[in-house]
Amino acid sequence: MDATQDIKKEISGYMKIFGALAVLTIVTVAVSLLKVGIGLAVFIAMVIATVKGSLVASFFMHLAHEKKLIYLFLLITLVFLMSLFFITFGTIGDQVGVKIVSESISSGVH
Amino acid sequence: MQVPYTVKARPDTGLYNAKIGIWLFLASEVMLFGALFSSYILLRAGSTTWFVGSEELSVPIGTFNTMVLIVSSVTVVMAWASLRMNDLKKYKLYMGLTILLGLTFLVVKIMFEYLPKIEHHHIPSTHNFYAIYFVLTGLHALHVIGGLIVNAYFWGPGAKMWETDPEQFTNRIEIAGLYWHFVDIVWIFLFPTIYLL
Repeated sequence: MDATQDIKKEISGYMKIFGALAVLTIVTVAVSLLKVGIGLAVFIAMVIATVKGSLVASFFMHLAHEKKLIYLFLLITLVFLMSLFFITFGTIGDQVGVKIVSESISSGVH
Repeated sequence: MQVPYTVKARPDTGLYNAKIGIWLFLASEVMLFGALFSSYILLRAGSTTWFVGSEELSVPIGTFNTMVLIVSSVTVVMAWASLRMNDLKKYKLYMGLTILLGLTFLVVKIMFEYLPKIEHHHIPSTHNFYAIYFVLTGLHALHVIGGLIVNAYFWGPGAKMWETDPEQFTNRIEIAGLYWHFVDIVWIFLFPTIYLL
């Protein structure tokens, strides 16, 4: 009896999360219509997407009440993912000393 | 031979084995999609011209499909909750709805997005924008198809396990649900990245 009551409470929580996700989806589209710079647009879109993803993971995937081992797996994954993005952004940011060779290739060599 | 820890938690991990398996699999999936998102950033940053997603793709269709996947996340978690309340009929209803929503997503994607794009010769070789669009959304669509096959099995013949081992069957639905939610999360990031920015 108690277990069923607990599950019913969970279900009402799922409905609230669904409402939040629907509203955030509309907000994502609405914000994209604002005329802001690409940097700010990316920041806002990723913040909203992260909030939405966290809601799904925390409540639908019940990560909020999961065992420590799962958190460890996800922490290791996050480290590797961040390293991957760090290398990517580092590659984009590292323009110092890089010669633009496309012109010389198209004009002379071939 | 009885497979151990399909229902009871392993004493050392505190989890049944399939739970560990799916989270390790999802961790590898994070890296797979992470690598593709990373490629998208590199391609976009290195390109002299780039299409604005909202001008090339249909935002209403993308928004509709986002909502379809979010609703399917609710129905799949309701399917699991129904089994925990010993209600197989409701499980069948919610899992059936999840499958229908997954099919809706695919039909909309193929009929209203992929085919018109291909007809207008907007294909991967047209521009890097379309190359990464088709790779990212195509890989995601393959994941939806994979999830649909698993969910359809558990809705149909796989549901027989409910009669012999209801606890293990409930755990199986939890695992299938975790995968389905992950597919939803990938789309939650994919939609603004490709369609809006």
